[in-house]
Formats: sequence, C-alpha cells, structure tokens
Amino acid sequence: MKTENQRAWFFVLPVLALVAFNALIPIMTVVNYSVQETFGNNVFFWQGLDWFEQILRSERFHAALGRQFLFTFLILIIEVPLGIIVALSMPRQGMWVPVCLVTMALPMLIPWNVVGSMWNIFTLPNIGLLGYFLNDVVGLNYDMTQQPISAWVTIVVMDVWHWTSLVVLLSYAGLVSIPDAYYQAAKIDGASPWKVFRYIQLPKMKTVLTIAVLLRFMDSFNIYTEPFVLTGGGPGNSTTLLSIDLVKIALGQFDLGPAAAMSLIYFAITLLVSWLFYTLMTKDDAQ
Amino acid sequence: MAKITLSNLRHSYLPNPKGPEDYALKEIDLDWQDGGAYALLGPSGCGKSTLLNIISGLLTPSEGRILFDDRDVTDLPPDQRNIAQVFQFPVIYDTMTVRQNLAFPLKNRGVSPAKIAERVAEISEMLEVQDMLDIRASHLSPDNKQKISMGRGLVRDDVNVVMFDEPLTVIDPHLKWKLRSKLKELHQKVRATMIYVTHDQTEALTFADQVVVMQDGEIVQIGTPVELFDRPQHTFVGHFIGSPGMNILPASVDAGQVIFNGQTVTVEGPVQGDGGKTELGIRPEFVALADTGVAARVRKVSDVGRHAVIETMVGDTPVKAVVESANVEQGAEVHLAFRPDQTRLYRDGWITTEAFS
Repeated sequence: MKTENQRAWFFVLPVLALVAFNALIPIMTVVNYSVQETFGNNVFFWQGLDWFEQILRSERFHAALGRQFLFTFLILIIEVPLGIIVALSMPRQGMWVPVCLVTMALPMLIPWNVVGSMWNIFTLPNIGLLGYFLNDVVGLNYDMTQQPISAWVTIVVMDVWHWTSLVVLLSYAGLVSIPDAYYQAAKIDGASPWKVFRYIQLPKMKTVLTIAVLLRFMDSFNIYTEPFVLTGGGPGNSTTLLSIDLVKIALGQFDLGPAAAMSLIYFAITLLVSWLFYTLMTKDDAQ
Repeated sequence: MAKITLSNLRHSYLPNPKGPEDYALKEIDLDWQDGGAYALLGPSGCGKSTLLNIISGLLTPSEGRILFDDRDVTDLPPDQRNIAQVFQFPVIYDTMTVRQNLAFPLKNRGVSPAKIAERVAEISEMLEVQDMLDIRASHLSPDNKQKISMGRGLVRDDVNVVMFDEPLTVIDPHLKWKLRSKLKELHQKVRATMIYVTHDQTEALTFADQVVVMQDGEIVQIGTPVELFDRPQHTFVGHFIGSPGMNILPASVDAGQVIFNGQTVTVEGPVQGDGGKTELGIRPEFVALADTGVAARVRKVSDVGRHAVIETMVGDTPVKAVVESANVEQGAEVHLAFRPDQTRLYRDGWITTEAFS
C-alpha cells in the first residue's frame, strides 16, 4: 500500500525559509522602497509608480543603459568567438593539456577588485607598464584616465582578459566530449574543416555554449567592481555602467526610492534578455 | 569497387616496436575479393578494428602496403580512398535532416544536385527510410540512426568497400536481426565489397560468405562459416566458434596412436610432425553417449530446447556433449564416443592430422 500524504512539504520548508530570508525578503524590501518616499526615521509616504516613471524618463538612465548594452555587446561579440577559437586550438591530449587548462583558469581565480587594481596600475600612462609602452615606445596617445576611448578599450580588454577563459573552458569541455568516430566519419565523408566545425563541433558545443553566453551576459551586464576600481566610471560619465550609476544614486545621493525602482528595472531587463537568449538558443531542440 | 590487397601489413602503436608483442597487427597478407561479404571475427583487442582503420585510411600502418585493385593507397587519406565506414555508435549530423545527412558525402564531392536527389531517393528506398527524409536526424531511434549512417556510406555509387565496425552494438536485440538481414539484402543489391567487424560469431556467420578469424593480431583462419565449424585450423577457432565451443583435450601421441586420459582415441587421419604440445579437438556435437568408450562422470545437464548439453568430467578434464535428449542424471557414470572423422589433433594450437578421406 502506498500512503499518500502531504508530508513532503515539510522537507521543503527549510529551503523555503532560507530562500525567503536571503532572497524574497530583501527583494520585497526593495519593492517597498520603490513605491514610497522616506525622509528617515522610518517615516514613509506612498509614491505609487512615480519613481519608475522618473527613472524610465531620465536621460541619465538611458545613457547608462546604452553604455551597458554597448559594453555587454562588445564582451559577447569578442569573448564568445575568441573563446571558441582558443578552445579549438588547444591540444586534446598529452602533457600540454593540464598546462593549458591551468593557465586558462588562472585569470578567473583572481578577485575582481584585484583585477581592477592590477589593470589600473598596468595601464596608468607614464608609470604603468602598458601605459608607458603604448605612449613612449609605440607612440600612441593613450590615457585611460582622460580619454573615453582609451578607458573603454581598457575595460573591454580587461574583461576579455579576465573572462574569456570561462568560454574557453566550457567550449573545451564540449569539444573533448565528441567521440573520435565523428571526426573519422567526417573524414570519410570528405567534409572540410569548416564543415566539421559547422556540423559536428558547433552542434556538440551548443549546450555548453548556451550556458557560456548566458553566464557572460549576466556577469557583464551586472559588472561593477572592475570598471569601478579601474576608472570609477570616468572620465566624466563615459564608463558609468548601470550598476555604477545605481550605486551612485543609492549610496552617493541616498535616493533610496529611485534607486530601488532602478534596481527592479535593471533586474527585469537582465531577466528578460537572459530569457530571450535562452529561448533563441534552445528553440531548435524543441522542434 | 575493387579488390583489396593487404601485403606484409604490420602495425604497432608504439614508436619503436621491438618484439612481436609490441605489434597490434603481426604480418597480415590478405586479399579481399571484389564484391565479397567478409566478416572479421575475433575477441576484443585482437586487432580487428586496427585492421579496419588501416583499410579505411584512418591509421597508417607501420609496415606494409594496401592496394585497391593494383593502386597503392597506403598513403592516401580516407576521403581519397572512396571507402565507407559505419561505426559502433551511429554517427549522424544532428542538425541536419535525414535527407541532408544522406546527401552530405555527395555534396562534399561536388556531385550535381540532380544526381544527389536521385541517389538519395534510391538509397532511402533501399533502406526503407523514405518517410523520414525530412525529419531532423537527431530525433531518430538508434537503429534508424545506424541505418542513416549506413546510407551515407552506400550513397556513393563508386565506393570501393563498405566497412562495418560492430555496427549493431547499440541496437535492441529484436532489431538486430532485422538490421542484419537488411545488410545481407543490401549486399546482394549493391554488390560492393563489405567487411563486417564483430566479436559476435552469430553476426559474422550469418552475414559473411568468408569469415576471417583473428587472434592477437594474427589471422588464424579464413573460410566459409561451414569450413570454420567443420575443420578449425586452430584450437582458437574451434573454441571461439560454436556454442558451446570445441572440446580441446590434452592428449599425447605414442607411435602414431593418440592417447587421451590413458585410452586410445581414433582421429580423422594420420598424425604429422612431432614434439610440441598436442591436444585433441572435437566438437560437442560429435560426442555421443555410448556403452563403450572414454569413461566419464556427468557433472551437469542443461536442456537448451532443441538439444541438451551434457557437461562431463574425464578425470580432471571437462568434456561437453550435445545430444538430442538427455536421459542421464547428474553424477551418472557414462562412456563417451568420439566420432573418428570429426576428431582432430592439434599441435601447438595448429591442426596436425590429415583430413579424413
């Protein structure tokens, strides 16, 4: 006899409590702030959707959002193909495999703010190794503290340096899982290297690539520490990405209401785009 | 289509092979006739896949040449040899439809679209997959996937040889039989040389006109299924083919007489040579229970339907007999009669009696 009861729910309770404590309650607090105005002392005034309207209409938000999308777009368009190319050129067996893997993993092990500081010191004009080299040896006019273009190049290159490895390692895991027979069959079928990539390697890497693209999207879209440490959002506002702007509003200006509304909009955009990516990349499988 | 000649073929996976034990393939000389259906049979690790990969060009042999008709192809890559190979696990291109899969080898060789359409239609009819042509290949069942990978081999009409590397491993047992007869049928239609690698004797014996039995990187016997069963040239073949396999019994030779467990046994013909380790070989089918003969004790009787297998002990040596009906009990004392014309003597593994005439 199978007994039917609802006891299973009790086992879920601890998780529910934990999630409520570390996710639901904080988010609801943000929601709470986003619809009210406060002047301290726990005195709140109902504000409705005013903050949302204000944020959505503000040019400052549009500019930050635009910069954020540009940054994420550059990151994905560089890191994903580069990661695949590096993974394809890595050895599949032999003594160089562990060497490659460890080298690849190293940048990812460095804390974010350390990466920011490293690149800051590395690229400072005249005293940083790269800054000095570019200015005084190559003869470029490079100053990431003064020129928006230099600043952008620096934060993008820094992120590529830090995170391409993630795409490499995931793609590599996909590649090594392809049985030899596929390559042998392709040889016999007379397939060119491009066709091998297009019809064997890419389809077999797709699952891990979906994960890689999603992770890189979310991380780069929410990036804060590295550009903050490197440029502080400057020069001017040129590298003020969404999260940097958000922190300025919330902690700099202490506008908790607008900051809360912006957080929720930010969260919604991240969620929406992630969902779009996921749906687009997996839609073939559902057919 | 072509006759395939392997001449003095040796292969080692080590860079500097020293003794014969370093070779995965030891000295192979073999002709595969054009249009033949061959099976390459042997236990796992005997070198049959190595041999297959050398023929297909996926491996370059350490020594020796491969000729297709009289053209030396030893150094040609697989795509220039015009061969087809079906692998143990079905290899299909996931993102393509069945039609695109079948067309792929032709497309890569720049065949005209009209010709491609014609060949794909022909092959899909032969394989009975017409109604799946526009399905994504990744949605097929394993047996249909395997059919498609066969189809990719057969779609080229100029293919020299089609090789099958244990192609039924992942197929459900009830479909194995179907696919196997399909293969046999295909061979009759296409008349391409086919080489079927397997460690399963049933698959080999049902598919092939000629079976090549391999052991430890060497060919021990080539013959029709009947020849392999009737007169194994080596104790390995006797033991490996047949169910149960041949009884291999320690025996000694004294003045031309073969003695097993202290009793003289009549063999098929005169014994040649001397020295070495001698063994009697007789298939269980030709061992009968009799009133006189070799004394034995019944250890186990298993009724397998059409016949029964009686396992007996002669001294310390197990001897099996296949009889139509077993009317003996476990533990009974019996006498075994060996049919003389089916009793052979092997010296160091190789047959040493002259054939019964």
